[in-house]
Amino acid sequence: MAYDKFDILTSSAVPLPIENVDTDQIIPARFLKATERKGFGENLFRDWRYNNDGSPKSDFVLNNPIYSGQILVGEKNFGSGSSREHAAWAVYDYGFRCVISSFFADIFKGNCLNVGVLPVQVSSAFSDKIFAAIDEDPKTELTVNLNDQTVTIVSSGEQETFDINEYKKNNLLNGFDDIDYLLNIKKEVQDFAQNTPL
Amino acid sequence: MKKTLFDKVWDSHVVRQVENGPDVLFIDRHLVHEVTSPVAFLGLKNRGIGVLYPERTFATADHNTPTINQHLPVTDPLSANQLNALEQNAKEHGISHWGLGHEKNGIVHVVGPEYGITQPGATIVCGDSHTSTHGAFGAIAFGIGTSEVEMVLSTQCIMQPKAKKMRINVNGKLNFAVTPKDVALYIISKLTTSGATGYFVEYAGDVFKNMSMEGRMTVCNLSIEMGARGGMIAPDEKTFEYIKGREFTPSGAAWDKAMTYWETLKTDEGAEFDKELNFNASDIEPMITYGTNPGMGLGISQCIPTAGEIDGGEATYKKSLGYMAFNEGDDMIGKPIDFVFIGSCTNGRIEDFRAFASIVEGRHKAPNVTAWLVPGSHKVEAAIAEEGLLDIFTEAGFELREPGCSACLAMNDDKVPAGKYAVSTSNRNFEGRQGPGSRTLLASPLVAAAAAVTGKVTDPRELMEETAN
Repeated sequence: MAYDKFDILTSSAVPLPIENVDTDQIIPARFLKATERKGFGENLFRDWRYNNDGSPKSDFVLNNPIYSGQILVGEKNFGSGSSREHAAWAVYDYGFRCVISSFFADIFKGNCLNVGVLPVQVSSAFSDKIFAAIDEDPKTELTVNLNDQTVTIVSSGEQETFDINEYKKNNLLNGFDDIDYLLNIKKEVQDFAQNTPL
Repeated sequence: MKKTLFDKVWDSHVVRQVENGPDVLFIDRHLVHEVTSPVAFLGLKNRGIGVLYPERTFATADHNTPTINQHLPVTDPLSANQLNALEQNAKEHGISHWGLGHEKNGIVHVVGPEYGITQPGATIVCGDSHTSTHGAFGAIAFGIGTSEVEMVLSTQCIMQPKAKKMRINVNGKLNFAVTPKDVALYIISKLTTSGATGYFVEYAGDVFKNMSMEGRMTVCNLSIEMGARGGMIAPDEKTFEYIKGREFTPSGAAWDKAMTYWETLKTDEGAEFDKELNFNASDIEPMITYGTNPGMGLGISQCIPTAGEIDGGEATYKKSLGYMAFNEGDDMIGKPIDFVFIGSCTNGRIEDFRAFASIVEGRHKAPNVTAWLVPGSHKVEAAIAEEGLLDIFTEAGFELREPGCSACLAMNDDKVPAGKYAVSTSNRNFEGRQGPGSRTLLASPLVAAAAAVTGKVTDPRELMEETAN
């Protein structure tokens, strides 16, 4: 599915300093009943964000007006658990274009890349610096530059580079997806399939 | 060059390698269910393309289905809509559809092996992280996101970098009452939920060699819970015996040809792994989890560790124990419970119900416990009746439900209420996994049975010894 291109993003960030955030927290299973990719942002972190009666939980970061922005900063092992791409959709639909963590779960990371959310893996030390900077000033801005593969804390100028393979980088910079690529090599796949019987 | 089992299967399915990018991997078999597929089918429609190989694609409804009164219309309109969408999409694209009420219906990872769709050396994907189950047959099997479901429907390929390789060896003899589930929970408790992230795991050693196919499926199923893309076990006589004669298994000359290939599917002597871990079977006792991820498990006779004793941040740990309303240092034995769930793609096979029956036979369900016994498929359901287990369950005060994912992820009505404790044979104890506010203790069918008849966390060995005497 098409998504907006990603090149450089400068934004304040929302901190979520909890480890092992699983995709059941990002979007609980009972909200996976849609047949279209619409409205998942409303239920992002549903059970941490809202009480059973639907009222917002004031102590959850998304309900705290001092934090905002298009970058979500998570702790290590972010996105573990279920393969539900709905988790990445919810993150995107809420308005985040980038998730920063010192360690991502595999499937979630792949899903993010496929839907236009940039997962940026930083060192634990740099992750700590980001959390500290936001703690000091909730409006602190981060710049994520996909071209240069850098993330910068704007106020201090502290910077770290991150890894992404050239192919995926190119996709995100141009808004391409894997199906575009695969459809272009359909003949090659069909030839391959000839030699791969059921 | 010496190759691992994973290398052999992966490398033989690479259509091309993208420079500075992922591999284009050909997928032999694609399993589809109602929850993660509708947006993928919609994607095909929007692009004006179809399914490239419907004959390699199999659809079943499981996540969203009720486990009682399956003959009646589904009452939840959203679930009904998703089930209808799957049926329509399957019909439109010529895909086999084993929907609600179909004799072959069941949990996707239970029916795949039952009908021989799962075969050694195959690449198998599904929009579900527990697709790793099929690795028990020496297949490369893993969960994918919906964008990838769309890729496989339209091109029979996905694009992923090859994972690193890990081998986990468990040698020796398992202790009394230690099941494959305990072996898996033990390994996860040692590795944590991220210990195998980035790796594809091969399980090797006496314990897996001696394990039944059902047990191997339980172990491979839980690979994702330590972060691995998947897990696999080299096929052997037991594997071939299991798959022979099943509907989608090759027969005659095709079987002989397949066997020639399948017999090569083992890691070469001296092949290298990026990481290798060794465990002793004798160190494992029946396991149970106490926290909010599957890595937070311990031997049932142990007490909950203190924050200082575990890796990871104290705040996260305390949040987890707070959610469970447990304290550091608590004994697990004796904790009161409210619900018991046996089922899921982890432990919803016939062997699991046999184990459950071995403890509840001659006993009675505790009055404070609500128990959900949910077979993984109609085939399992039929075997439960044929083997006389149903009579044992009925006499002991249990009812058997109809197949589906059920309380494992509580998308249907099988929800554990807020604040209540469930001993579950499923795979995840995440906050709210079994219903908003639910508290889950993951365990084997034996531990679940012991809890079901006593109403509290109980060491199954006590009851089993009692039975033996």
